[in-house]
Amino acid sequence: MPLDPTNDVRRVVAGRVDEIPPGTRKLIVPFRGRAGIGVFNVNGDYHALRNLCPHKLGPLCTGRVSGRPVAAAPPSAYLGLPEIERDGEIIRCPWHLWEFDIATGECLVDPQMRVKTYPVAIEEGSVVVYANIADLPPLPPNRVVAHEEVTSI
Amino acid sequence: MTATAADRLAQIVAQGVIDADLNVVVPGHATLLPYLPEYWQEQIAQTGFKGAPDTSYPAGAETTARPDATPAQGPAGSDLALLRQQALDPWNTQVGILTCAYAVESIHNPDGAAAMASAVNDWLIAEWLDREPRLRASIVVPSQQPEMAAREIDRVGGHPGFVQVYLPVRAEAPYGNRRYLPMIEAAVRHDLALGIGFGGAPPTPPTPSGWPSYYLEEWAGMASIFQSQLMNLIFEGVFDRFPALRVVLIEGGFTWLPALLWRWDKEWKGLRPQTPWVKRPPSEYVHKHVRLTTQPWDAPPTEAQFLQIIDQLGSDDLLLFSTDYPHWQYETAEEALPPSGLPEGLINKIMRENARSFYHF
Repeated sequence: MPLDPTNDVRRVVAGRVDEIPPGTRKLIVPFRGRAGIGVFNVNGDYHALRNLCPHKLGPLCTGRVSGRPVAAAPPSAYLGLPEIERDGEIIRCPWHLWEFDIATGECLVDPQMRVKTYPVAIEEGSVVVYANIADLPPLPPNRVVAHEEVTSI
Repeated sequence: MTATAADRLAQIVAQGVIDADLNVVVPGHATLLPYLPEYWQEQIAQTGFKGAPDTSYPAGAETTARPDATPAQGPAGSDLALLRQQALDPWNTQVGILTCAYAVESIHNPDGAAAMASAVNDWLIAEWLDREPRLRASIVVPSQQPEMAAREIDRVGGHPGFVQVYLPVRAEAPYGNRRYLPMIEAAVRHDLALGIGFGGAPPTPPTPSGWPSYYLEEWAGMASIFQSQLMNLIFEGVFDRFPALRVVLIEGGFTWLPALLWRWDKEWKGLRPQTPWVKRPPSEYVHKHVRLTTQPWDAPPTEAQFLQIIDQLGSDDLLLFSTDYPHWQYETAEEALPPSGLPEGLINKIMRENARSFYHF
């Protein structure tokens, strides 16, 4: 993906690198009333997702970041509990708990679904997202944004 | 009956059918005496124990037997000659699968339950399978004692006439519960399907909210128990543990299935972390591992509605034709046929090919 801004693509400075340390996220709402962007630091790698779940348009990026329970086999007297794999790499939409891979945007319970991802670059100590305005649709009615998690720019 | 319907029946019968549900009834404990060990013969003589006291088919209920199916001696479903004359011959049945709902689960003495189950199975071999090559049968097991059930499956599971283990849909606990693992493992070990059938006489009531007052409630309400059993098998991970396991739902209807498949697939997406061993959407397990017999079908009033429901099952592989003989579910043979609006290929699958491939005939 090209990192140069064009007419449509906006260079959005999400914040200083040290504002978003590993294991944290920052939500940005570049245009009032439009879906925002979630910027995530997963083990030192930055990823940006559209804050709009492709399932029912929930505020995906405000969901819980965790891992993914996996089990080699159903439980039995001879097998331990399920394990958590990829801790910190999975986000679950707060509305219906669907799991998404933060790095790729893939929905892990429905291969037809994927959340929009954006290129992220580190430029002079800042985390920069290159986002297309057309990719940031108006918020659906009744969508509540948690203000304490949002930085308007 | 129109000429067209009769022609259609004749055409289907000419190709032969596989009948996935023929009911066989043990006339009484005297029938089983020759198949019981000396100890249990003595117990019966001494104590008056007469084997399973319960049946899910009250003798006087209109659904229990078609009027012409009761032989001169014994209950309907206990006479091989009548079965040939009324079910196997008129349908040109290539293979017919016997299910025997003898209620061993109602016998509280574990050894008594196991002994009666063994006697029923030896009776099935000697008086039905050995006499009629078109027949296959389901193994009767003391499912309330899963390890003893496994032992019985190991004892007769190698007989080529047995193609499945019969489990009454009513049970003390749903069959996905871990207590049943030895029994299910034995079925898989012998490449036998689990045939989960209408009824049963466990100590628990036939609805989760208690005992209903009337037979109609138990009869028509049984579908909800099939639903619970199927849901439990999926989410306990039984199909993940036994990828070769095959389950047939017998006499449970099927029109209730599409809505459940939709609901399960929907909820699984959000609740998957609770049962991470369930790796695929639940409907995929049903399509791969589960089949349903056709009679009695809870069909809607119009054929157009019926075709929609069959389409909503999401797979052409699921339905297995059954007459449910000698139960009285329909007046004429034509009424037991799948709707004529289905494609011919699908009708062939329902009438024989689905059973052929699922049971490896």
